[in-house]
Amino acid sequence: MMISQPVARPDGGVKVTGRARYAADYFAPDLLHAVLVTAPVPAGRVTSIAVDDALAEKGVVRVLTHEDMPKFGRFASPRAEPDTQMQQAEGPPAAQSFMPMQGNEIRHEGQPLAIVLGETLEAAEAGARRVALRYEFAEPELPAPPEWTAIDKAAVVPRESGFLFLEPTFTKGEVDRGLSNAAAMVEAVYLQPSRHHNAMEPSATLAEWNDGELTLHDATQHVYGVRQVLAARLNIPAEKVRVISRHTGGGFGGKGWIWPHQVLAAAAARIMQRPVRLALSRANAYSCLGYQPRMAQKIVLAADRSGKLTAVQQDVVNLTTVTDDFVEFATEASKGLYATPAMRLSQRVERANVAMPTPLRAPVEGPGTWALESAMDELAHRLGIDPLDLRLINHADTDPATGQPWSSKKLREAYEEGARLFGWRERPRKPQRDGDWLIGYGMATCSMGCFRNPTPAAEVRLRRDGTVLIRTGTQDIGTGTLTIFPQIAADVLGLPMEKVELEMGDTQLPEAGPTYGSSSTMGVGAAVLAAAEDARSQLARLANLLPDEVEMQDGHIRRKGAAGGQTIADVMSHTDIGEIIGSGSFDPAQHGKGLAMRTFGAIFMEVGVDPGLGLLRLRRAVGSYSAGRIVNPRTARSQMTGGIIWGWGMAAIEQSRHEPVLGRFLSKNLSGVAIPVNADIPGDIIIHFVDEVDEHASPIGGKGIGELGATGVAAAVANAVFDATGKRIRELPITPEKLL
Amino acid sequence: MTPFVYARADSLGDTIAAGAAPDSAFLAGGTELLNWLRLGIAEPTRIIDISRLDGLDQIEALPGGGLTIGAVTHLNDVAQHALVMRDYPVLSQAILHAASPQLRNLATIGGNLLQKTRCAYFRAEEQLPCNKRQLGSGCSALHGINDNHAIFGWTKDCVATQPSDPAVALAALDAVVVTAHRSGGRRIPAAEFHLLPDTRPEADNVLQQGELITAIELPAAAPRSAYLKVRERESYEYAIVSAAAVLEMDGQTIRRAAVALGSVALRPWRLSTAEEQLAGTELGDREALSTAIEQSFAEARPLSQNAYKIELAKTAALRAIERAARMPS
Repeated sequence: MMISQPVARPDGGVKVTGRARYAADYFAPDLLHAVLVTAPVPAGRVTSIAVDDALAEKGVVRVLTHEDMPKFGRFASPRAEPDTQMQQAEGPPAAQSFMPMQGNEIRHEGQPLAIVLGETLEAAEAGARRVALRYEFAEPELPAPPEWTAIDKAAVVPRESGFLFLEPTFTKGEVDRGLSNAAAMVEAVYLQPSRHHNAMEPSATLAEWNDGELTLHDATQHVYGVRQVLAARLNIPAEKVRVISRHTGGGFGGKGWIWPHQVLAAAAARIMQRPVRLALSRANAYSCLGYQPRMAQKIVLAADRSGKLTAVQQDVVNLTTVTDDFVEFATEASKGLYATPAMRLSQRVERANVAMPTPLRAPVEGPGTWALESAMDELAHRLGIDPLDLRLINHADTDPATGQPWSSKKLREAYEEGARLFGWRERPRKPQRDGDWLIGYGMATCSMGCFRNPTPAAEVRLRRDGTVLIRTGTQDIGTGTLTIFPQIAADVLGLPMEKVELEMGDTQLPEAGPTYGSSSTMGVGAAVLAAAEDARSQLARLANLLPDEVEMQDGHIRRKGAAGGQTIADVMSHTDIGEIIGSGSFDPAQHGKGLAMRTFGAIFMEVGVDPGLGLLRLRRAVGSYSAGRIVNPRTARSQMTGGIIWGWGMAAIEQSRHEPVLGRFLSKNLSGVAIPVNADIPGDIIIHFVDEVDEHASPIGGKGIGELGATGVAAAVANAVFDATGKRIRELPITPEKLL
Repeated sequence: MTPFVYARADSLGDTIAAGAAPDSAFLAGGTELLNWLRLGIAEPTRIIDISRLDGLDQIEALPGGGLTIGAVTHLNDVAQHALVMRDYPVLSQAILHAASPQLRNLATIGGNLLQKTRCAYFRAEEQLPCNKRQLGSGCSALHGINDNHAIFGWTKDCVATQPSDPAVALAALDAVVVTAHRSGGRRIPAAEFHLLPDTRPEADNVLQQGELITAIELPAAAPRSAYLKVRERESYEYAIVSAAAVLEMDGQTIRRAAVALGSVALRPWRLSTAEEQLAGTELGDREALSTAIEQSFAEARPLSQNAYKIELAKTAALRAIERAARMPS
């Protein structure tokens, strides 16, 4: 059995020795290097772009402006429902409908206005500095000050578009009655800043045309999405676009949808009739890719004396750009977490001349649990009930929004086992000190929706020599897919890992969905499983065995329970077949109909606060999760630990600040945008998975975990800070000036 | 990045002769110069590599007490030198709290003093209004985001801070910056090396074109000394506030104290008034220590968003003094 084994990453070696090739590592003969000239102001109109000085720089070949660009096509989101206005609406996988370099308007600071092409990167960079822009400045819409009254006033109902996945409002039961009958109530506003993905690899695209066919080496979480959007934007058939992404240097959602620079690189290559590589600078990554938007959430929780919720009200406002309404559905947390007879939820947006936001690990429940799980802690203290007990009292046995049964849910076990591993029940209730440090304990529930993307096809090829090749058009973003897909095939075919090769990251391979939304194990994993089983069945038939009655082990196929068996080579030697091609797919509509699906968990944290110096440090943490079957406990542990660290960044460190006068991000480099470093993270982080198989979510039995670990953490930290200091912090990140 | 000529100097004489030309820059570790080139903060046409110059990377005891540290000694080599660790823990600690191990292996002690402010407006990839980037263009931070800016010595022309950690320790130690120049060298007190923005906001320090730091000289040993750095993450981050304290003790009584704060002004900020009052104070008397420190904050002026740094700096100074007192003498 390979599934459930802690197999080490086969890609570890090439990653740590720098041999793994990322998009910007690829070359092409006659390559041109592209550098973007971007808008220095958030609003206005370009009146002229003088390029003579740039062209005078040695090695600069051309400067492209909006006047050189073709008219890009619209991309209609396939997510749109038929018979609604949304049918024509743009949306994912395009990251935004607005395409720069189609006119002279400036919608946000950092928007691409021109592309300088040089024989070397140095030449293109030097040229970009010599491009002289003239523009008319327009009074920009700037983000409201970070407090509820101002944000509430600026908020509007989002427009219909492909980014509006769900209704912006949701009500259930009689909220007003629930509020008036309450024995205890919490009403509070929770704020969080905009945050970027800050992936190690900023993003890069190498575009090359041959006879009207486009090949792209790209940094992406979705090669097929890139193909779809580029075909639409460039008005060519999808078959004419090949997208290759062998490794992507960190995604976290930032490379999930398709951004304008990918289109611009391809357009520039077509105009120049030469390959073009556009590697975004770190500064570009702050304004040409998305970010999780600044959010304000007003929550009202009402409960009776026993702690049972009587009503939940949540109003969420997120920042978005002026041209597209990105909606960060934080209310999903309230919809899915606790049993309540009544809820009233709303999502609004605040438009400003800022870049377009996008999902960021963890979206939706990430912000949602920050607010809801902070408010639950406040309610627990108001009621004098232990925070863990309050959650148990309100445990949702069925989906709170729909009443549907769960496909699988072992949250009670996750609470219990996590609490035991942490020592939650035995924690000191009196204030604790360690020198200058006040010690505090906090917990929160973790949860993430279950995004199941279809995987139309995956192939598992079984060769005569007993080796296997998996072929799938999914991609590697560092999460462990290079490990678990071979593991799944090896498990079915009874072979060691080293006999299994994996080919992925190419639209010439069978179509797979995106690597985001914690969806790859369920989708691609299930398709690989089905393909491996198909290959095994074909081999069984060749061996004159009934497919349902065979097992494979140590390179042999045999009837279940029988000894010995035939080797793969033996079976195939009787035929003229060179290799068996097993195929499989995953269609979520075929699984778990009528069931609600989520992953769950609990995070327990111990923090230290030095109130004299305003310092907050993590001392230890326990994450305990109910997420279905775990294919590889080693890579899974790594992902959950990464999620907790990511959550720590959200809680204590990270912010991309909107400069209030200039209308730009204050700092567009990692020297001015702090993220956690190793020294912030203690060794004492325990990850625990409840023993569980969710056979409804996917035939793999597992669910997604990539984002789950990052949920709940910010609230657990704020709750622990309250425990340590008596200070309730409702604005992230919890930096020194808030703790003094 | 503007093209430049790279030259490696063979002797100190050649170096200072070549450095006199306008638009030339010295290259030691390069960890900061490269930032300037990439951001367009500096556009030298001639870069003179001094990293291999003979005799500039030695640490030696001075005959009458004290230590001389060659200017291109790598930060980690300074911090981990036995004499520095034993006699000047404040400097060792300050260095080890700076940057990352990789940077400290490359960056030099002389170059560290020459780093420019980390103000995000100054370091932006686009040229924003900033008198240090372009004199006369104004100060964006004054009316913008300034929660991590100066509380001492700022003017409406510039509210930035000097980020160096070692500089704070050197200021508290009364170290001397030794320079060479075509027109003769100088000995500059470390606390006076950096410039406040009141006269020439575009200038960072007193060096003239072509003037080269050759050594840092430390006075007599200061074993009772410590450095404290406050920052939102534990490593590889500039200070919000830092404090260096150097004590001489008579039993539990402070005989002499030197305290410098970092990241509160465009130069390490010595708490001179407090230092006078600290002499004679009992270590155990926290209130007396706080009252003494308080004296130096009469001249503190918060900006629109950074009043919290005043309280933070007072606590940091107090904690640094207490930490220094606990060091073995």
